[in-house]
Amino acid sequence: MSGGPRIVSARWEIDDAWKLSRYLETGGYAGLRSALDMTPHEVHEEVRSATLLGRGGAGFPAGVKWGFCPPDVWPRYLVVNGDESEPGTYKDRILMERDPHQLIEGALICAYATGIAQVFLYVRGEMALAQERVASALNEAYEAGYIGRRILGTDFSVDVVMHWGAGAYIVGEETALIESLEGDRGMPRLKPPFFPAAKGLYMKPTIVNNVETLSNLPWILEHGSEAYTTIGSESSPGTRLFAISGHVERPGVHEVPQGVTTFRDLIYGDEYCGGIRKGHELKMFIPGGGSAPWFFPEHLDLPLEGKVVGGAGSMLGSGAIVVMDETTDAVSACWRLMRFFSRESCGECTPCREGTNWLETILRRILDGQGRPDDIDLLLDIGDNISPGPYPGPGWGAENPEPVPFPPQQTTICPLGPSAVAPLTSAIRRFRDEFEAKIAQGAAVSV
Amino acid sequence: MSEAPADIEITDPVTITLDGRQVVVQRGALLIDACERNGVYIPRFCYHPRMRPVGMCRMCLVEVDTGRGASLQPSCMLQCSSDMVVDTQSDKTRKAQEGVLEFLLLNHPLDCPVCDRGGECPLQDQTVGYGPGETRFVDEKRHYEKPIAISRTVLLDRERCILCDRCTRFAKEVAGDPLIDFQDRGSRTQVNTFPNQPFASYFSGNTVQICPVGALTAEPYRFKARPWDLEIVESSCTTCSVGCRVTIQSSRNQVLRCLGVDSDPVNWGWLCDKGRYGVEALNAEGRLGVPLGRGRSVKTDDETALEEVSWAGALRTAADAITSALDRRGPEGVAVIGGARLTNEAQYAWVKLLKGVIGTDNLDAQLGDGIPAEIVLGLPLATIDDACRPGSTTVVVSGDPKEELPILYLRLRHAAVQDGVNLIEIGPKAGGLTPYATVAMHPLPGELADLVRAVVGGGAGGAVAGVDPASIERARSLLADTDGEMTLVVGRRSLSEDTGFTADAVSVLVSAYDKVRILPALRRANVLGALTMGMAPGVLPGRVALAAAPDAYSTRWPALPAGRGLDTTGILTAAAEGRIDTLILLGADPLTDFPDRDLAERALAGARNVIAVDQFVNDSVRLAEVVLPAAGFAECAGTTTNIEGRILKLEQSTTPPGTARPDWMIAAELAAELGSDLGLDSVEQIWKEIAELSPSHVDLTWEMLSDPQNRDGLVARGDPLPGSVRFEAPEPTAHRALDSYSLRLVATRKLYDEGTMVGRCRSCAGLAEETALAMNPHDFERLGVEDGGRVTVSSKRGSTVIEARGEAGVPRNSVALVVNAPNFDVGTLIDANDAVNEVRVEALQSVAGETGSEGGS
Amino acid sequence: MPRLTPENVRRAKEIISRYPRPRSALIPLLHLAQEQDGWLTEDAMEDVAELVGVTPAQVIGTASFYEMFKMEPVGRYVINVCTNISCLLLGGETLLQHAEATLGIKPGSTTEDGLFTLEDVECVAACTEAPCLQVNYRYFYRVTNDDFDRILADLRDGDLSRDIPEHGILSRVPQRIPTGKVANITPPEDQRVPVWIERAAPDKAAAGGDEA
Repeated sequence: MSGGPRIVSARWEIDDAWKLSRYLETGGYAGLRSALDMTPHEVHEEVRSATLLGRGGAGFPAGVKWGFCPPDVWPRYLVVNGDESEPGTYKDRILMERDPHQLIEGALICAYATGIAQVFLYVRGEMALAQERVASALNEAYEAGYIGRRILGTDFSVDVVMHWGAGAYIVGEETALIESLEGDRGMPRLKPPFFPAAKGLYMKPTIVNNVETLSNLPWILEHGSEAYTTIGSESSPGTRLFAISGHVERPGVHEVPQGVTTFRDLIYGDEYCGGIRKGHELKMFIPGGGSAPWFFPEHLDLPLEGKVVGGAGSMLGSGAIVVMDETTDAVSACWRLMRFFSRESCGECTPCREGTNWLETILRRILDGQGRPDDIDLLLDIGDNISPGPYPGPGWGAENPEPVPFPPQQTTICPLGPSAVAPLTSAIRRFRDEFEAKIAQGAAVSV
Repeated sequence: MSEAPADIEITDPVTITLDGRQVVVQRGALLIDACERNGVYIPRFCYHPRMRPVGMCRMCLVEVDTGRGASLQPSCMLQCSSDMVVDTQSDKTRKAQEGVLEFLLLNHPLDCPVCDRGGECPLQDQTVGYGPGETRFVDEKRHYEKPIAISRTVLLDRERCILCDRCTRFAKEVAGDPLIDFQDRGSRTQVNTFPNQPFASYFSGNTVQICPVGALTAEPYRFKARPWDLEIVESSCTTCSVGCRVTIQSSRNQVLRCLGVDSDPVNWGWLCDKGRYGVEALNAEGRLGVPLGRGRSVKTDDETALEEVSWAGALRTAADAITSALDRRGPEGVAVIGGARLTNEAQYAWVKLLKGVIGTDNLDAQLGDGIPAEIVLGLPLATIDDACRPGSTTVVVSGDPKEELPILYLRLRHAAVQDGVNLIEIGPKAGGLTPYATVAMHPLPGELADLVRAVVGGGAGGAVAGVDPASIERARSLLADTDGEMTLVVGRRSLSEDTGFTADAVSVLVSAYDKVRILPALRRANVLGALTMGMAPGVLPGRVALAAAPDAYSTRWPALPAGRGLDTTGILTAAAEGRIDTLILLGADPLTDFPDRDLAERALAGARNVIAVDQFVNDSVRLAEVVLPAAGFAECAGTTTNIEGRILKLEQSTTPPGTARPDWMIAAELAAELGSDLGLDSVEQIWKEIAELSPSHVDLTWEMLSDPQNRDGLVARGDPLPGSVRFEAPEPTAHRALDSYSLRLVATRKLYDEGTMVGRCRSCAGLAEETALAMNPHDFERLGVEDGGRVTVSSKRGSTVIEARGEAGVPRNSVALVVNAPNFDVGTLIDANDAVNEVRVEALQSVAGETGSEGGS
Repeated sequence: MPRLTPENVRRAKEIISRYPRPRSALIPLLHLAQEQDGWLTEDAMEDVAELVGVTPAQVIGTASFYEMFKMEPVGRYVINVCTNISCLLLGGETLLQHAEATLGIKPGSTTEDGLFTLEDVECVAACTEAPCLQVNYRYFYRVTNDDFDRILADLRDGDLSRDIPEHGILSRVPQRIPTGKVANITPPEDQRVPVWIERAAPDKAAAGGDEA
C-alpha cells in the first residue's frame, strides 16, 4: 500500500477495525452524525457534488443514480451489492471483512438522504468471513443504536439486513441481484422497463450501490465534497481501489487517486507492484476485470480514468488489473475466460446461453488440436451475433487499429454476453497469428 | 392456433415509421403487436399476447431508432412512442434474426419427422422464413432423456426445448400453478418439475398448445396424426358452461384433439384439461350407438335385461309409457330431469314436446345441485368482462369457479392479480379463489344470508360467528365504493346446504345495491340455455313466466301446462311416493348427481317407468325401460348458451356412432309417436322459431350467429323483461338450532370426480382424488381427533369411517367432504329436505398394529 | 430423510421475519437446510417451500441456479480450487491437477471416505493472492502443492476444525435484530413516506427525484 490519500482503506492495517469500539475510536460514524445534522436533500446534494462514481463496473455517479427514484413513490429500498465476482476483482471482500462498519455507515447515509425503508446488504455466498464480520457489525450497530428505530435519537429509522447469496456471477448485475433477493433465479430483468430506480425490489424504487461506492460516503460526509474533489481528476474525483494480479512482482490491492495515476504507475511503480516478474515482459493486461477488452504495452501510460480508458476501447470496470507476460498463451487465456462466461451465463436469453457455450466449445476444440481454418472467422461472427459491432469489417486487422467499440451493442438482455465477446475479439485482433498457429499445429498433429 | 393480438381501438394515436411508411398506432402498445396489426409480422418464440412479455428468445429483435440512433431492440418489450423509426428488414435486423435462429438450432435435434409438432411448428416455420441456410455447428448437441412425462398427459422433450419460458410462465402467471420451473443454469438450463411432483394443473394442456416447438406434447395425441391430415371446425366446448371457443380436429371421422381459440370476451385461448381431453369420451367404450330396451315391459334391476332394440320399438315403448302416465294421472304423471347437456335447439324441442304437447311442467334441468332458476332468469345477467372489469368489485357468492368453471376461474384470477379487481369471496369454506380474494369470508352453513346482511350493514349487528369482523368491515367499505355497480358470481358451493340461503343473500345484495348483475356459476354445459328455454318449473322459452304466458305460446303450441310443476327435488319426492308414472332422464344421472342418494334411489324405484336419453349407460340409466342413444358434442350442430347468456355456435365435426341421433330429433320423433307434429325439422328452422317466440332471442337471427364476425357469439338479452320470471326475496330459510355436539356438513365439488364423462375420458379418468373429512385443525382437540386419524362420521342418514384431515380453510364447527369421490359418496349422508345437514364425528379408537375397529360407536 | 429440525424451523422463521416478503428468505433458508444436512434434501426443500409460501418446483428452480447448493451429498470438506484467470496465470491449473492426483478424484466428485469434495471453481475474489483455494468457503492463499498436502493432513487430523466448520456452515455469527429495535419491516404495500423525509417535505428534491 502506497502513501497516497487513504479514504476507504484507512483502517485496513488495524486488525480489529471490524469491531464497533475500534471503529468508533478511529473516527467511525462521524460521517453519519454530520449527515444527520443536515437535511436529506443537503446530504444528497453533497454526494452529488462529490461526483462519486460507482465502483461496481459501470462507473455511473451515485448522486445522480439516487435522483432517478421517482418522487413520492414509497417505499424505496437500498440494496448493497457485495456480490463481487468479476474475474480479477478483489476489493469489496476486503472492505466487508476489514471495515464493515464503514460500509454500514455509508449505507445509512444513503438511506437517510433518499428515504430508504430498508437496506439489504447482499454479501456474496462464498465469502463466509465477510458474512461473519458484517453480521457481527450489524449486531453491534443495532445494539448501540446506529441502526434500527430512532437512530442516534433522531427520527431517522431504518433496518439493515444482511442477505447472502449462493454462487452465481450474474447476480452481480443489479436486476439479477434484485431477482435473487426476491428468492428467485438470478436472471436479469429487461431495462427498460425494469430500471431499479423505478421498478426494483418488489417493483418498488430501489437503489443498488456497490460496496466500495458506499464505503466512500462516511469520508465525504465528514470532510465534505469539496475536499473529496481535490483528490483525483476533475471528472473522476477521489480514490479508487485496484487489485493488480497476475505476472507482477508484487500483486496487491491499492487505493490510488483516480484519473492521475497511470497503469504504468501501478504495474511498474516501486510503491505498487514493482514491475513484471523477473526475467519477463508484459504481453497484455486486462484493465478492468474479465469482461474488459484487453490492453497492450502501448496502453500503459493511460491514466486510470474511466472516460479515457473507454475512449481507448476498454473499461476500468471493477478495478481489476490482470497482468500477463509473454509466457501467457492468448488462446488458453481466452478459453479460460470464455469457460467462465459460459458457466456463468444465466441461460435466460438465447444469444448468450447458446453463444457463449458455442464459443467455449470452439476454443476448447482449437486447444485440443481439433481447430478448423474457418474457426477464427466463426468465432468472430458468433461474437457479432451476440454483440454486433463494426468489426471485423473489411480490411479489419492488426494494421487497422480502430478501437474495439465499448460498451458494445448487444442482442442480449444484459451485458454478460457482450462481456464474453469483448476480450475474445480484442485477443483475436491482436494475436490472430497465435490462433492460426494453434489451428495449424492441430491440423499437423491430426494428419 | 392464431396467436394474433386482439384488435384495439386507437385512443391515443402516435405515428411511427414502419419499414419506411408512416403508420398510426396506439401509444404504449407493444411494438410487436402494433407491427402485426399493420401487416408486418415479426418472428417470435417467447412472446404470447396473453402473457407478460419477457424478451427472452430475442427472435423479435428489430432495428429501432427512438431518437438516440438505431439499435436492435426486442419488439415484444418496446412500447410505441411517437416518431419511432422501425426497420424490420434492415441488414442488421436480418442478421440478428438469423443469428438467433442459428443459436436456437445448435442444440435442437433434427427429429422433425417423428415430432408431433412437425408441420405446425413455429421453429420450423420461422427457420424457413428467417433462418440461416445451413449450420456451422460441428460439435456435439446437448442430450437429455427423451421424453419424460411431467404429468399424466404432458410429455417433455428437453432436447427440443428452446427455453422460451412460455410453459413456465403460463403455469405461474396464468394458471397460478407453478409446478414447472427452470432448473439449472446457462446452457444446462432445463424445464422440469420437482422430483415426483407432477405438473398436476387443471390447465396443463395449454402448455402443449403454446409450446413453439415439440418439447411439450400431449400424450393423448402423440403420433396420432399429421397436422395436414386433420379436418378442423371451430366450435364451443360444452364440458362446462363457460363456452370456451375451440377447434375440433378430426381425422377419419374421429375427433383427435381440441385446441383453444382466442376469444377475447371468453377464454383468451385457454382451455381446462377436462374440456380439452373431454372429447375422448366420444369414442369411449360403452358409448351408445343403438337404442336399448327390455324384452318385456317390466322394470328390473337386472342390467343384462337391457338389450339392443330398434328405434321404432324404443320410441314406441317410450311413447306408450308417456301415454299410460297421461292416462293414469294426466300431465303431472310425467316428469323430466336433465337437459342441460342439450343444445339450445334440442332444449327448445324438448320443452315444446313436454310443456306444449304433453302439458307437464315437471321439468328441471338442474339436479338439485344448482341454484334457484329465478336468480338466473329474474335478475340482469353480467358478462365475464363485467365481472373482470379493471378496478371493479366482484362478489363471489358460494361458487368455486376453479372446480366447476375453470376458465372463469382463470379470468377472475387474472382480474384480481393483474387488473386490480377486488374479489369478495363468500362461501362455506376456502376455495380456489380464496388466495386471490381481497376479502374472503367463510360463514358456517346456514349463516350465509346473516353474513351478507352484516356486510351490507343491517342485521346481526355486524358480527357473524367465525368470521373476522374486520373482513366484514372491509367488504362493506369495498362495496360502498362501487356506486352500487357490481357483479355477483352466484353458484352452489355446498350440496348439503339449502339454496334458500343463497337466494336470501342475493336478495339482500340486490336490494342494497341498485346495479347488481348476476354471473351464474353453474357448471353444466348449457344450463343457462336450459333455464332460458324453459327447462325449469314455471318457465317458458325466453325467461317467460308460465303464469304470464303471452298469447304467442298458446297459439303456436298445442297446449300449455295448467300450473307450475315440480323441481328435481319435488319430482324425486313425488316419484318416491309413487306419484310419477313416467320419469324421463334427459342426460341425467340423479343417483350420482342429486345430493341426496337415498331420495334418488327411492325415486327411481318408485317411478313406474323410466326413460333415458343418453350417451352412456350410467347408474340411473341402468334402471331405465328404454334408452335412446343421443349424439354427443362435435356430432351435431346447433347453438349453446354460456353463463353470460352468450349464444355460441356448435359445429359438427364427426357423425354419431351407430344410429345415435341429435336430441332435438329424438324429441320430434317421440312427438310423432305420440301423434303430434312438433313442426321442427332442422336446427336452423328451430332457431327461427325460438327467435320468433322467445323475447330473449328476438334480435338474434341465424345469419347473425353464423357470421364469422360473430364467432365469439352474441349475448342474448340479459335483462328481465315484462312477463319474465321474477326474482323475489325468499322467506328466510328456517333451520333448527343445532346442538353443540354436531358439526355442519359442507359437501363441495372437485373438477375431477367419478362422473360419467370424466370416467370415460381416458386422460381424466383416475384423477378424481379420494376425499378425507376436512376440518379445522382447531377442532381436533375438542373432538379428540388427530390429523390423519380415522374417524366415524355419521348423519341421520348414514355413517362411514374415513380419514380426518386438517384444513385451515374449513370454518370451525363444520366439516367438509368432496362430492362424488372414489372412496365415498357423501350423498349417503345428505337429506335434501334439511336446510343444513349436520354430522357427528368420533375418533376411532385405534390400536397400534390393528386396523380400525368400529370403536366409539 | 431429514427435515428441518424444530430449532432450524425457529431460525427459519426468524430469518423470514427480517424480510418484507417471505420468499426473499428463500436462499438463506436453503443455506440453513444445507447447514443442517450438508446438502439439500428433497424433504428439506419441501419444508422451505412451505415456510416461504412457494411450490417445491420453485424452490428447486431457485436452488439449482446457484453453484453452492448441492443436490446430492458432498464431502465434509468441499475444496474449491480457483482456476480463473489470475490464478491460472500463477499455477491454479497445476494446483488443481495436484489436488486431483492427491485426492484421486476429478472435480465434482467426492472421496470414498466422504471427507473431501473437489471443485474447479470460478474467481473467488482473492486474485492478488493467487493461486488460492477455499475449504468450505474459508480461504487459503498462494497455495503450493506442499501447502495443499499440509492442508489435507490438517483437515484429516482435525487441526483446522476450529477455523473450518463442516460443509454447509457459512457465517457462524447470525444476524440478530434485538426486539424493540426493529425500525419498520413490513410488506411494501404497508409502507409510508419515511418520517424524516416528511419532516423535510417541502423540499421537493429530497422527497423526489430528478428527471430520469
